[in-house]
Amino acid sequence: MGNAILFLILAVIAIGAAILMLVSKNAVHSALYLILNFAVIAVYYILLNAPFLAMVQITVYAGAIMVLFLFVIMLLGAEESSGVLGTRRGQLTTALLLGAVLIGSFVAALGQIGGSAASSSVADTTPRNLAIILFESYVFPFEVTGVLLLVAVVGLYVMSSRLVKKD
Amino acid sequence: MNAESAGQLAWITLVVGGIITFAVITGFAYTTLLERKVLARLQHRVGPNRAGYVPIPRRGKKERRLLGGFMQPAADAVKLFMKEDITPIYVDNVVYNLAPMLTVMPVILTLAVIPWASSVTLFGIDYPYLAIAPGLNVALLFVLAITSIEVYGVVLAGWSSNSKYAVLGGIRSTAQMISYELALGLTLLVPVMIAGSLNLNDIIVSQQETAWFTILQLPASIVFFVAALAEMQRAPFDLLEAEQELSSGYNVEYAGMRFAMFFMAEYMKMIVFSALWVVLFLGGYDIPFINEAAIVSSADSTVVTILIAAGQVLSIILKIVFSLFLMIWIRASWPRLRYDQLMDLGWKTLLPISLLNVIVTGVMIVLAEEGVFNSLISAFGG
Repeated sequence: MGNAILFLILAVIAIGAAILMLVSKNAVHSALYLILNFAVIAVYYILLNAPFLAMVQITVYAGAIMVLFLFVIMLLGAEESSGVLGTRRGQLTTALLLGAVLIGSFVAALGQIGGSAASSSVADTTPRNLAIILFESYVFPFEVTGVLLLVAVVGLYVMSSRLVKKD
Repeated sequence: MNAESAGQLAWITLVVGGIITFAVITGFAYTTLLERKVLARLQHRVGPNRAGYVPIPRRGKKERRLLGGFMQPAADAVKLFMKEDITPIYVDNVVYNLAPMLTVMPVILTLAVIPWASSVTLFGIDYPYLAIAPGLNVALLFVLAITSIEVYGVVLAGWSSNSKYAVLGGIRSTAQMISYELALGLTLLVPVMIAGSLNLNDIIVSQQETAWFTILQLPASIVFFVAALAEMQRAPFDLLEAEQELSSGYNVEYAGMRFAMFFMAEYMKMIVFSALWVVLFLGGYDIPFINEAAIVSSADSTVVTILIAAGQVLSIILKIVFSLFLMIWIRASWPRLRYDQLMDLGWKTLLPISLLNVIVTGVMIVLAEEGVFNSLISAFGG
């Protein structure tokens, strides 16, 4: 019962933060609402007995990624956006359509597993078990992701070194 | 666990957490005094000695004044409360007010996982070890998570102040904190690998069984200390305080108590990072040369248990004070680094050292598990 109430309160905060992220005119405020949303998701992980995932969620998403977002917004001075509706024609329609497709696929996926996925036990999510899953069952996708990031870094280096030569 | 005992547990945790947090906030006030006094002695001055003293009367002469200046923190606090609280024009009001809180809060949160003593019974609850949240098995990841959100206070304070100096200071500090977080995170891994656990108490127990990790892992210990200095922007990495370039960085537009909160966060970070360094590399609450667990089990009396726990708390506090002294000593002895030197040190020296350290430690652990060292010893020695 207590968990259900907590779930509802957190859900309201998470969805509210997500909506405010979309509608706020200031990009820095949007980023802050997104951080709040990530933090609430981390609390959900704790409620699901997955403290490891919760901490990783905060470190990676609320910490590293959002700091970089803020950094870029501040460096480019791009705080003021031109409003929710976007600047391009048909942007709103496309966004609504894609959103509907995303939610539809979530609902379909949930319908298939019958909503019983949220029953992980403490033992499943220890760092050791996660490492075994990551480095034995899914080692190939894991390594591919690593190579992808490396390619991005190399590409960035090539592009920026070309810029330096021009000067 | 039924609902009633869960509620009780929450209350007791709140009380214990309140006491420890209050103690550390008081500790913060006296850290400022320690810093001023030690700096003064290192620079051949006397330091603050007027506010508060213990008078010792002497016959025929002027009274002796003992502990001169021990009320200085209280005087400073009163002064800060009396200051006018200025809000500059065109600041982003919500973010401007939020930033000081976002700076202090993560530091206090880190306190939750620091173990102060081994198993004790408080208010009828058996603590596996004395901490605010002893149940958290991923304590070290919690520390990493909190460290990564510590940046926000600085970034947002700089951005919301509507001042170029503040923005530049904020961006500088952010770049610095992000760069040194990597080295910090990698050195955090080393004790975890040796102890085989993310639980801070397990790391201390592992040090009690072998040796303090400063002895086993001197490079990691030093890298952690240096990266921690950079992470909390202490000298010689206190670029945001480069007055001749940036006036004073991200907090330049703040006044009164809100400025004091940045100040408070800085000094509490000193205490928290000292505590972490002590826990990870200096044996935590371990009293050197004494096997506490053996004494407790052989004496089997409540008094001895309480005495040992008190001794452990004293031990960790003394080690933290030693670490604080080290930081102040460094501040008095080293000139400030230039910005490019700072980045070079972080990316080209500390990061490779800590990466290499992690790899070598991993290889050694695997070799030891495979019994390579034992067979080598028997091949050469026997």
